[in-house]
Amino acid sequence: MALLEVSEIHTYYGNIHALKGVSFEVDSGEIIALIGANGAGKTTTLRTISGLMEPREGAVIYEGEDISSTRADLLVAKGISMVPEGRGVFAKLTVEENLDMGAYVRRDGDIKDDLKNAYSLFPRLEERKKQFAGTLSGGEQQMLAIARALMSKPRLLLLDEPSMGLAPVLVDGVFETVQRIASEGVTILLVEQNAHMALQIADRGYVLQSGEVAISDTAANLQQNETVQKTYLGID
Amino acid sequence: MDLLRSQTAKTILLLGSLSGAFILFTGAVGMIAAFHEREVVDRFISLGQLLLIIAPFVTGYYAAGKLRALGEDSPVLLIGGITIGIMTAAPSVILLLFNSDEFRFLLDLTLRLIPFAAASIFAWRLHRAGSETQMAIAVWLVVAVLVGIVTFSFALIFEIKGDLRSVLVNINREWVDVVTFDNRKDLARGIGAFSLISVVAGFAGSILYLMPNLPRRALIYGLGVTVLVGAFGETVRLILQENIDRDTLKEIFRRDTLRQNAALALFIISTVAGFLWAMFGRQARESFHSINVSQRRSLNIIGLVIFVVFMLALPWLIGRTLSDVAVTIGIFVLMGLGLNIAIGLAGLLDLGYVTNYAVGAYILAVLTSIGPLGLFKGTFTFWMVIPLALLAAMFAGFIFAVPVLRMRGDYLAIATLGFGEIIGKLAISDWLKPLIGGAQGVQAIPKPILLGAELKNPEQLYYIVLVASLVCLFVSIRLNNSRTGRQWMAIREDEDVATAMGIDTARAKLLAFTLSAATGGVAGAIFAAKVGTVFPNSFTVFISINVLSLIIVGGIASNPGIVVGAIVLIGMPELLREFSEFRFLLYGALLILMMIKRPQGLIPSKIVTHEVRTGVKPKLAGAE
Repeated sequence: MALLEVSEIHTYYGNIHALKGVSFEVDSGEIIALIGANGAGKTTTLRTISGLMEPREGAVIYEGEDISSTRADLLVAKGISMVPEGRGVFAKLTVEENLDMGAYVRRDGDIKDDLKNAYSLFPRLEERKKQFAGTLSGGEQQMLAIARALMSKPRLLLLDEPSMGLAPVLVDGVFETVQRIASEGVTILLVEQNAHMALQIADRGYVLQSGEVAISDTAANLQQNETVQKTYLGID
Repeated sequence: MDLLRSQTAKTILLLGSLSGAFILFTGAVGMIAAFHEREVVDRFISLGQLLLIIAPFVTGYYAAGKLRALGEDSPVLLIGGITIGIMTAAPSVILLLFNSDEFRFLLDLTLRLIPFAAASIFAWRLHRAGSETQMAIAVWLVVAVLVGIVTFSFALIFEIKGDLRSVLVNINREWVDVVTFDNRKDLARGIGAFSLISVVAGFAGSILYLMPNLPRRALIYGLGVTVLVGAFGETVRLILQENIDRDTLKEIFRRDTLRQNAALALFIISTVAGFLWAMFGRQARESFHSINVSQRRSLNIIGLVIFVVFMLALPWLIGRTLSDVAVTIGIFVLMGLGLNIAIGLAGLLDLGYVTNYAVGAYILAVLTSIGPLGLFKGTFTFWMVIPLALLAAMFAGFIFAVPVLRMRGDYLAIATLGFGEIIGKLAISDWLKPLIGGAQGVQAIPKPILLGAELKNPEQLYYIVLVASLVCLFVSIRLNNSRTGRQWMAIREDEDVATAMGIDTARAKLLAFTLSAATGGVAGAIFAAKVGTVFPNSFTVFISINVLSLIIVGGIASNPGIVVGAIVLIGMPELLREFSEFRFLLYGALLILMMIKRPQGLIPSKIVTHEVRTGVKPKLAGAE
């Protein structure tokens, strides 16, 4: 059974029909890439899954349970964690306080250990743990946002445009990190405009076009797909 | 012309005009005359006259600093000071002339000249900008006629009424007395005295700047202390009265005013003290920092003990009147700490905080009053009702929070502002009159009784406020670093991301409003017990604004800042009661000054300091 099953969801912004029956599946341990142009509905899909928006029709099924109308804050406890677009670190809290916020829903005693894990995954963050998050560089903020999302011990990690606004060198680092997290057993749903990088690390991918799934295939096949190459990879 | 266009001249002219405008403005609104009522040094100088001196003095000092930064030499600095002195006096001198019988014609002349001058300037600028000559002449005519009509009507008004007072009501005899230094009869002498003093003050300001560091700091300290003690003479006398004998007091004060000898002695002593501090202060601080941690800790503990003893002994040191002020300050500290939970921690701009204050006050009034409106006529005591007032205020906070949960920012502020007004209207309404007395309010509220003794004086009530504030301060500090406090901070930063962390934002906001309301209820109850009566007109929007202002002035999300803010914004106006009509003017000026010079507040929290100076790397928390 799939960890996450999105079936025929329709989501609206007021009267604007943003998602027109999007369906896909995410299996445990996979890295899934959602790619598409601006306005294709990638972020809306993530917001619908994470509970920030509610689909008018269709269902989001996570571990066999319909979560379409579950509030966002309750989903965190169920193991779905999101790294919002534009990173969204708490600029006026310190790095360590940001990480503490990530573990907000947990009440077990292992938080200290996970903090250590986070620092070993991102040594830069340990160097700067007493610094305000707003003073970090873009790349460091992205690392912090990911580390913070991991602090809630998610089974499913939703990443919204992790490469946005980063220098190319840093983008490589971010995707390497994503791979490393996946190898530790966290399932990852990745929304990216940078289709090239996303498809390199993903197992499978879905191409969204004006609120619908246009193509779905393995990442390797998508990289060879002519339409995808032309439209998203910039290969003629 | 080139000289006038130089940066130096611009600086001097700008600051001089500002200083002149300040003196003109404070005169025209009546501040100078009102401040003249309070003498700073007996039969020597009044607060109003001090204003006339301080303006050119401070501006001269400040301008000297600016000019030095522009690379000017000392003579230029001194000339700058003199110019500023002249410019400070000039506008008021012109007004004096306009106001005098002999020179009234100057006013008429000016009014008649204004249209021509204005039109000529317009036309000249057009011409310079390259317009046709005919065009310039046409504009000249139009402007001259338009401005002429306006000034002609002004002239007509003056002609009919005969003096400036018809327009500027405060340009009256008292004002003339102050600015001419009591030479109303001999105008030439008066203007001479005024101008001379202003010029000397401006000059003295620039000289002070040129002094070597040590004497300068000592002098600033000495002058500052003397002026403050003089201006707050009544307060100082009240404090001294509790602690020294009558005869000595009479040597120092004549009624509420510092005697000349005493002022001189005070000036010398404080200057010497300032000198010593300037010389050895740094050494003292350095040696404090160089001692080891355990020694410093014990010094800190000693300091804390001294502070606690001081706080406990305070009412006996300062006497009844000032204890009363201290209680009022304490009530506002309580409210400030409460409102800070909503504003400082959770970022919810609540402009209706008076609601909780009113609820607390009325609950205490109705439940304990022994008058006709008392529900239980003394069955309930102050101590039993305090928790009820707290709960009632929390309930009110909760109820008002529910409908506004989905609002953010400005919308939230306006909605809460509305709730505050609703409470005021309900309190005065006929509908609730049988319960809370409408405009007559609730009377005969008994004082708290502790161990059989009635706490009827401010000195005793002080301890209730002190304990309540300390409890509240403790809770506030603990909240700052708790899970609950962090969830509020996360919401303040970004509501969506906070949700993504698993925070139930609706619940967190409700909690913030509810807890924030609690201290407001306690403050209201203490206020009701202190005054003994509760009237609806005590619960206006100004309470909310006062509480908000003290948080902003002290420093948002900073607990010590709130205490300081309350002392400055609530305590100072209480001590300057006779100038209460200028209270909000000073409030406004202070807030604007704060926004420009110190937007982070007097004692800012670490976070706000960082926020205000974005781009500057913040000091590492916990780093030595």
